[in-house]
Amino acid sequence: MELLFSCIRAFVVGGILCSIGQILIDHTKLTPARILVAFVVTGVLLGALGIYTPIVEWGGMGATVPLTGFGYALAKGVKEAILEKGLLGALCGGISACAAGIAAAIFFGFLVALIAKPKEKG
Amino acid sequence: MNITQAEYGELAKKASPNTKSYKTIPSAFVVGGGICVIGQLLFALYRDLGLNEDSATTLVSISLIALSAILTGLGIFDNIAKFAGAGTLVPITGFANAVVSPALEFKSEGFVLGLGAKMFLIAGPVIVYGTLASIFYGIILWIIRLF
Repeated sequence: MELLFSCIRAFVVGGILCSIGQILIDHTKLTPARILVAFVVTGVLLGALGIYTPIVEWGGMGATVPLTGFGYALAKGVKEAILEKGLLGALCGGISACAAGIAAAIFFGFLVALIAKPKEKG
Repeated sequence: MNITQAEYGELAKKASPNTKSYKTIPSAFVVGGGICVIGQLLFALYRDLGLNEDSATTLVSISLIALSAILTGLGIFDNIAKFAGAGTLVPITGFANAVVSPALEFKSEGFVLGLGAKMFLIAGPVIVYGTLASIFYGIILWIIRLF
């Protein structure tokens, strides 16, 4: 039962975040690349202000899977690194926290690009 | 034909297809929410396998990135994205697709300046501005902690 509720919460939070993205696509001239950048930077900002933590606690993967969650992870990583290493943490905390995601994208991206055939341009 | 910029803007607005938000927003909500539910189910599975919360969260991201990469390679991702709009763009799947898709497309231009460079066409700015924002936050946090 707990699993069902956590899935419903993830669905609601993830759905709302994607709807905000869709509103930006439909009603502004922002390109997808700019929307991705905006979501990550917003995630850092909300993480820094402590607003995103309760959203993650309630929404679970609904909050961490969207790109705002990537920004939140950057902010969280920096915060922890600052406490541990001082000012040096500002530089090494963020990317360390997101290293697995970035490396995974590079690894799987390389493998797929190697194996798959590019789409025929019609 | 001499027209002002404002007039041109009006014409362009009339000519561009109407976006039907009553259709696009629900599909973005359902697909995006659905991707997060898949994430939540994977999270529960990884927790059952004995991983701690942080590792399980990271592994969910990695799994969704791998899945998006495969679907992009098979040409399926684009078909879902056409229907889902921001539903596939906003989750980590959009980031993964933004890495794989140009890498695949520009493979013919070589491994270094084709695949290697174009991989970061969209992911690059995302990492750059995300990291910059986090560095500013770190510096501010460090200064606050001095007092």
